Amino acid sequence: MKKKFDVTKHQLVPKHLKVSEKEKAELLKRYNITVKELPKILVDDSAIEHLEVKVDDVVKIIRQSPTAGEVLFYRCVTNG
Amino acid sequence: MDDIIQEYEEKLPQRLIDLAVEKLGKTSQKKLREALDRVVEEYDASCIDPGESVGLVSAESIGEPGTQMTLNTFHFAGVAEMNVTMGLPRIIEILDGRKELSTPMMEIYLKKPFNQGKNIKENALLIKETLFGDLVQEFQINIAESAIEVTLDLKKMEALGMSKAKLMNLLSKGIKGVNLKEHKEKNMLILKPRGKVEELNDLYRLKEKMKGVYLSGIKGIELVLPVKQGDEFVIRTKGTNLKDVLELDFVDETRTSTNDVFEIADVLGIEAARQSIINEVLNVMEAQGLNVDLRHIMLVADTMCVTGQIRGITRYGVVSEKASVLARASFETPIKHIINASLTGEVDNLNSVVENVMLNQPVPIGTGLPQLRVKAKKESK
Repeated sequence: MKKKFDVTKHQLVPKHLKVSEKEKAELLKRYNITVKELPKILVDDSAIEHLEVKVDDVVKIIRQSPTAGEVLFYRCVTNG
Repeated sequence: MDDIIQEYEEKLPQRLIDLAVEKLGKTSQKKLREALDRVVEEYDASCIDPGESVGLVSAESIGEPGTQMTLNTFHFAGVAEMNVTMGLPRIIEILDGRKELSTPMMEIYLKKPFNQGKNIKENALLIKETLFGDLVQEFQINIAESAIEVTLDLKKMEALGMSKAKLMNLLSKGIKGVNLKEHKEKNMLILKPRGKVEELNDLYRLKEKMKGVYLSGIKGIELVLPVKQGDEFVIRTKGTNLKDVLELDFVDETRTSTNDVFEIADVLGIEAARQSIINEVLNVMEAQGLNVDLRHIMLVADTMCVTGQIRGITRYGVVSEKASVLARASFETPIKHIINASLTGEVDNLNSVVENVMLNQPVPIGTGLPQLRVKAKKESK
């Protein structure tokens, strides 16, 4: 009867992707910031469990925004 | 055609490009470029300028309609029995980031064919938490024998598919130190505490404890209510337990949701919680016939979720993280903040708005934001 449900398939959960080191450097340069200045996401957040990220990685989130269509959002992984 | 569109992807949000292309239909490259240039112009003009105090505008835009919201209305969601907190109390509940909701609720969507009403009653009962007290017709305390006699409700047991043996098994697991017997003729269970019963009160206490023994269903779901919504059946519940409900195999795990934002953050992650805050606030606003721009609500939800955990807009949440002592003190409990700051020797760099207002200095918003920096040359001799 019990089954493991897939968090990423839920309609409230947008797509989460791991950002490569190169892309991360580009992002930080474009906004002239350090990693610590990005919004955070916890390491044990259920939506990024399958990504196998570690602290200080950057996660790219593709949000579906009703005002702008597809929006990219970045969060830095932290251990809270 | 496509490479022109690609060129503008840097300058415009995806949706505006899509809209413009759709509205134009088939045109020449030159016209498309001209149109998109005009869109860019309009878009740039309507963007928020750097230094604009967006938070203040949001606060005003959400606060003003708030004054027109009904103060303490409870509104019935479809059928009676179930109250839902709406209006201002609900908004405060969400934005303060309260963990204990006054009316926790779930909306459970079902998979096909269950969403067409198949086995809906049985499924609803599977979700509802059943305690021993729910299946009992009567409790009797036999003082002479110092035992408790329980008359069972057979109809309810049958609806749940609960046999007497199973019931007794669960009960003996739930309560330790009693002898459990079945009455031969009547539909009764007899409980006798092992050892001597000193006081009558102990029996009463045992009776109350029995009522709370968990039998089946999902913990935390107090009430279930199947309703027809559009062309499918949905189960509304009082009480929430998102994690366990999503694991049931007849539940549609992509749409089922709860109104408890913290639970969503726990089960589905912070991004889902952010979306849920937006949805919940918007729901309340719409139910009251108010119109607040979505962007304001999005800003608030983003602020509440930046740290990866939900923090309310209170002195323990968002405000406690402000860097400036004076800004924190100006919100709530000023003396506590000032005393603590002086004890730890905190420094206020006056980088933000409130502290500069206090000191009668220009504030760093709008045209006050840019500052001059002189490149000094060493005087040459």
